[in-house]
Amino acid sequence: MANPRDAYGETLADIGGKYTNIVVLDADLSKSTKTNLFAKKYPDRFFEMGIAEANMISTAAGLASSGKIAFASTFAVFATGRVYDQIRMDVAYSEANVKIFATHGGISVGKDGASHQMIEDIALMRVLPNMTVLTPSDAPQTKTIVELMATTPGPMYARVGRANAPIIYSKDDLAGLKLGKGMITRDGDDVTIIACGTMVDQALDAYDRLNDLGIHARVVDMHTIKPLDETLILDSAKKTNVILTVEEHSIIGGLGSAISEVLAEHSCAVPFYRIGVRDQFCESGEPEELLDKYHLSAPHIVTAAQRLLKH
Amino acid sequence: MGGAKPQIKHQAFLKELDLAAVTIRKHIIEMLYRAKSGHPGGSLSAVDAMVALYYHHMHITPQNPKDPDRDRFILSKGHAAPTLYAILAEKGYFHTDELLYLRQINHMLQGHPVCTHIPGVEASTGSLGHGLSFANGVALAGRLDHKTYRVYVLLGDGETDEGQIWEAAAAASHYKLDNLCALLDRNNLQIDGTTEQVMKLESIRRRWEAFGWHVLEVDGHNVAEIIDALLLAGETEHQPTIIILNTVKGKGVSFMENNIDFHGVAPNEMEYKIAMKELTDQQHALEAVP
Repeated sequence: MANPRDAYGETLADIGGKYTNIVVLDADLSKSTKTNLFAKKYPDRFFEMGIAEANMISTAAGLASSGKIAFASTFAVFATGRVYDQIRMDVAYSEANVKIFATHGGISVGKDGASHQMIEDIALMRVLPNMTVLTPSDAPQTKTIVELMATTPGPMYARVGRANAPIIYSKDDLAGLKLGKGMITRDGDDVTIIACGTMVDQALDAYDRLNDLGIHARVVDMHTIKPLDETLILDSAKKTNVILTVEEHSIIGGLGSAISEVLAEHSCAVPFYRIGVRDQFCESGEPEELLDKYHLSAPHIVTAAQRLLKH
Repeated sequence: MGGAKPQIKHQAFLKELDLAAVTIRKHIIEMLYRAKSGHPGGSLSAVDAMVALYYHHMHITPQNPKDPDRDRFILSKGHAAPTLYAILAEKGYFHTDELLYLRQINHMLQGHPVCTHIPGVEASTGSLGHGLSFANGVALAGRLDHKTYRVYVLLGDGETDEGQIWEAAAAASHYKLDNLCALLDRNNLQIDGTTEQVMKLESIRRRWEAFGWHVLEVDGHNVAEIIDALLLAGETEHQPTIIILNTVKGKGVSFMENNIDFHGVAPNEMEYKIAMKELTDQQHALEAVP
């Protein structure tokens, strides 16, 4: 197990020497987002903005306009919905080199409850022109993606969860990672499970359970939700004839929506189902309890796959 | 302006700036008349301060708009775009012909400023309240890179209803951004009425002082006073400066002055002709001054 948040902060601190134009902003949550690791090493390039997220985003855009790679971090709920207009105008419309890196995405934030469980952020960011949307799934992949964010120009939004996550990838697995290209993490012919972020781990668990039942799944880690890897989606639909999407996000507007749009526009009429939060606010609880109650955990993925295969 | 030592009193030079301001006002009326939409009132009130900045005070680089050492101007009250565009065109950032196609499809000049494809525009604005935060970022970058450039940002008075302005005001003071100077277009009017009716701003001076700013107050249509204040701002250390520009909304066109109906309505043909005549008369009067 390792925490993607730690991976984020450590990577910023690691690459801060190589990319001297990186600056980092936080809104009084640097101990949680782990930007404090960068702050300790490069205090001059870290800007504490206080509990004032709108100001943080627009300030990041100003820094970017003067040649900085501006990483801005807070919890996903404050990093998107609260500052939508600032992101729209100053980051997306302005094509600013601002990297919004949000932590505490999804319902597995747990006990803080629905106020802090961001399940609309991917939708909000995805509709913005010029915006790249990323959802790293484990700590090593987070490291790779953070460095790619630093070296790839343009507006970007990335989100990880709060909790520790099992390590999925080795260094070799990640050597060829490209933004905009999904990863086939497991392969099989019967059903494709396309997951993102915190849910890739659940999808891999479901893969093992399905395997025990004699069902061979392909698991795609769609770490980039925009631009979306249409080729891989269509290829998977052709290969397995069944598509199941899994995200710790509303079923409206996120990964599942994006994939359904691709399938529909290509007249690709395969059995399809979106696993995610079904248009409701959730509640306080342990992460595992919540994932189970709201039907996001591996057993629910298995059930959904079996149902689709009966079509 | 209390206590300021006048630095610029060269009459011929001031006359030149006043004439430039009339030229910009004529452009604004022409642009809005052709566009059949836009915001005359707040564009006209902001002219003199922006002329003082672009024609005298700022280090600008029209031939190389991205010069890293340039001074920056951010138009936070983005609806005054015509003023910015007219000045940028007159200063050679792009051809003045572009001004004729403001707000028209397949042309460069958008209804509100956009930084990605209009030379000289530093920030995309139009949604109020963002510009000061953006300017803070530019100022922080300048300090980090040991640059001597200065950052100017023009705020509307109604715009300061926005909460983000006060987040930014706190941050600029916290970070002691003495390379930043805000200018407040205090024309006292916003769409739904006077600023005091809509959402009381007074004492606006005390508000900014309480946030840790160095506050100056000038006649926003007196270029000499504005220039003196800008010089004072440049000498101020360890705190940001705001210059409250006491202005008249619609300044320069009699029937637009202090008339809220011209916040966001373009002149019709008759109004256009009268406005242009008034401005031409002002031009002749200025030229007649020895």
